[in-house]
Amino acid sequence: MVPDNLDEAVNKSNSVPDLEVKPQDLYHANSFITRWIFCQDAKVIGIQYSLTAIAIGLVAMVLSWMMRLQLGFPETFSFLGPAEYYQFVTMHGMIMVIYLLTALFLGGFGNFLIPLMVGARDMVFPYVNMISFWIYFLAVLILVASFFVPGGPTGAGWTLYPPQAITQGTPGSGWGIVLMLISLSVFVVGFTMGGLNYVITILQARTRGMTLMRMPLTVWGIFTATVLALFAFPALIVSCIMMTLDSLLGTSFFMPTMVELGEKLEYGGGSPILFQHLFWFFGHPEVYIVALPAFGIVSDLISVHARKNIFGYRMMVWAIVFIGALSFIVWAHHMYVSGMNPWFGFFFATTTLIIAVPTAIKVYNWVLTLWRGNIRLTLPMLFALAFIVTFVNGGITGLFLGNVIVDVPLSDTYFVVAHFHMVMGIAPVLVVFGAIYHWFPLITGRYLHEGMGQFHFWVSFLGSYAIYFPMHYLGFIGVPRRYYEMYNSEFIPTSAEGLNQFITIAALTVGFAQIVFLYNIIVSSKFGKLAGKNPWQACSLEWQTPDVPPGHGNFGKELPVVYRWAYDFSVPGAKEDFIPQNVAPNEVPEAKAEQT
Amino acid sequence: MFVAIMLTLVTVGSILFHFFSPWWWTEVASNWGNIDDTIILTFWVTGSVFVAICLFSAYCVWKFRYQKNRRADYEPENPKLEWWLTILTALGVAALLAPGLVVWNQYVTVPKDAYEIEVMAQQWYFSYRLPGEDNKLGTSDIMNITDDNPFGINPNDPNGQDDVLIDGDDIHLLIDRPTKVLLRSIDVLHNFYVPQFRAKMDMVPGSVTYYWFTPTRTGYFEILCAEYCGTGHYAMRGWVSVDEQEDYQAWLQEQETFEEMMARNNDNKEIEIVAK
Repeated sequence: MVPDNLDEAVNKSNSVPDLEVKPQDLYHANSFITRWIFCQDAKVIGIQYSLTAIAIGLVAMVLSWMMRLQLGFPETFSFLGPAEYYQFVTMHGMIMVIYLLTALFLGGFGNFLIPLMVGARDMVFPYVNMISFWIYFLAVLILVASFFVPGGPTGAGWTLYPPQAITQGTPGSGWGIVLMLISLSVFVVGFTMGGLNYVITILQARTRGMTLMRMPLTVWGIFTATVLALFAFPALIVSCIMMTLDSLLGTSFFMPTMVELGEKLEYGGGSPILFQHLFWFFGHPEVYIVALPAFGIVSDLISVHARKNIFGYRMMVWAIVFIGALSFIVWAHHMYVSGMNPWFGFFFATTTLIIAVPTAIKVYNWVLTLWRGNIRLTLPMLFALAFIVTFVNGGITGLFLGNVIVDVPLSDTYFVVAHFHMVMGIAPVLVVFGAIYHWFPLITGRYLHEGMGQFHFWVSFLGSYAIYFPMHYLGFIGVPRRYYEMYNSEFIPTSAEGLNQFITIAALTVGFAQIVFLYNIIVSSKFGKLAGKNPWQACSLEWQTPDVPPGHGNFGKELPVVYRWAYDFSVPGAKEDFIPQNVAPNEVPEAKAEQT
Repeated sequence: MFVAIMLTLVTVGSILFHFFSPWWWTEVASNWGNIDDTIILTFWVTGSVFVAICLFSAYCVWKFRYQKNRRADYEPENPKLEWWLTILTALGVAALLAPGLVVWNQYVTVPKDAYEIEVMAQQWYFSYRLPGEDNKLGTSDIMNITDDNPFGINPNDPNGQDDVLIDGDDIHLLIDRPTKVLLRSIDVLHNFYVPQFRAKMDMVPGSVTYYWFTPTRTGYFEILCAEYCGTGHYAMRGWVSVDEQEDYQAWLQEQETFEEMMARNNDNKEIEIVAK
């Protein structure tokens, strides 16, 4: 819809609102320590978060290899007993979900991208932001310390269900579980500091013209995820504190009258299911805390590299918000067979399946963005495509597990393992990779190496698909998860052993590709091809900084003023196939943009 | 071109794997075959969406690949299309949910004449209790558990005296009899799961959970614990035998009741005292 009176419209959107807050001077670091260690620049904090998350993520990856070695080749490795196996399973899960994905998306990408994308010089509370990272770092150290205490880390499963988490039949039920609970509590404290910063920066520090409905979807995803986290993490921290008290002081929040290996315990009157409600009240939003930033980022990757505006932007924003809100009333779908009142099943199955609608809309809009685009098959685009395939695959298996009766046979089998790895492991991690290939030129000024990138992409995508797609079928057979060894169960065809070996080999191969990726990052940051300014010809503000990589304060002397949304690609009449957000309409009078 | 082909291959490969791989569920041995039907329905609905989206992406990647002189279309939104897709998706979801809830309603509605048995779990094995001739299970409490009374049955409850106890052996079920399993744990969470019955439910210390099913096929099936319960979780197995009437009765005759067990324990004690 081109307005009748174009000139008037142009003049109107050219008018720049006055500054609401006078520009404020930033904190200027003047020593190595304040610049790189106790740093207050959100970009550096973002990189600190990312490197810490990736480092601990590597530990989780090695743990997953150990697990796969046991599952593919049982009775082969003497260092893998059941206790070690369960400890590796537990630590792998917890690290991936909390210490890698949450920290990387919100702490890493959030810190680096939010101020740049909304046109701010930094986060609103840089000092708190710095503290936030160091508290996260402390949480990671406590987590790592649990590997070295008597009894080793907890082997309670990442869900830490009591009573077993703190009773003797579980490895690490003494020191290990307490350190885990403390580490999680510390993590929540650090996250809350960072999270408040992200939310307030987005609400209060956007540059002139950057209305909420002009923000890139990356910012919308991170924003909504952070709000979810601020509501959800309190449930985690209280359950951690309550369980710590149960463990150390003998309270009975979650502990009923029970026997421990033949001995009656002093506990009585607590409810193990109460813990599950608290845990999943955090745990389900947690899925979206990881997924929503990935949704946002992938929208931007697809749009930029397809040279086309994201299709249905407003619907995409509302879908993110709607999914975020709904994610708080679906938690008990993790508990259909937990022994809670079975009538809850009706309610939670209904709410869960409703979430499929806005989620499906997002998928449609991603692929409709490809329709009649001008698709550059760059590495970020490849990862985005792989994300669509794995996310749709993982999403539809969610329709199996969300539908309460279908969940009954599949719950606690490998179908669940395959589902959540596909949907909140592989899919978001593919987005992380795509995002790193996309923003690496902004962070370092150089491209990542294309050949190594192609290798990394194809092995990671096809390899992880080969791991998790067949794994669903183990679940159909009924193979239970969290089994150290199946022995020769009659109901499982012997050919399943071959499948397990295949999955293990695929997992090791995918792991190897990640080492190539790390090598690529290290080498390319020093010797990569120079990228120059705005190499992908994107519209959003982070690419419009005067210096690349952006300097302290991000935008040089003057903050940019925003005149349009972040998706003015291939606007009819315009000379270039993109118009950055800070280009005023009178600079491109020939462009017939509809959405501003 | 290469990318489009690979996307197509992944899609086609998934379909072929589904139809030709040897890994599929076991033959059902209970009345819950309709759970399998809901899974099949979900497969068709969601599978076609998966195939459609993947192939559509592959087509776009090939058809709209980058060309220097071409411009992408400019279409910020298309409310009509978006609303149609929303409505169609909602219908598809309703088509999955409605039959699912109907079957769930059957799952949580236990027939009045269902035969009640108790499964008791502890790290890391199952034991079982049948109601005996009065068809009533006696009350039990963890506080009553002693070496002599491993089930913690209330010794003063007359309903409990004739309860049949199966400790450390297989459980037998009568074919075609609706059976309600009452699930109890005395230490941590467990789960009573037989893949061929399709049903499962956690066992929670401090409460009694349940589900019901009707065994429909004789055979000998493995029981698995399906809720992580500590280091021995993977070894927590048991066996259930579904019998015809004759075999079942023969087996039942050999089992010990609570009363008999207590008497035997007392005898043993007397023998010990005498021996001393």
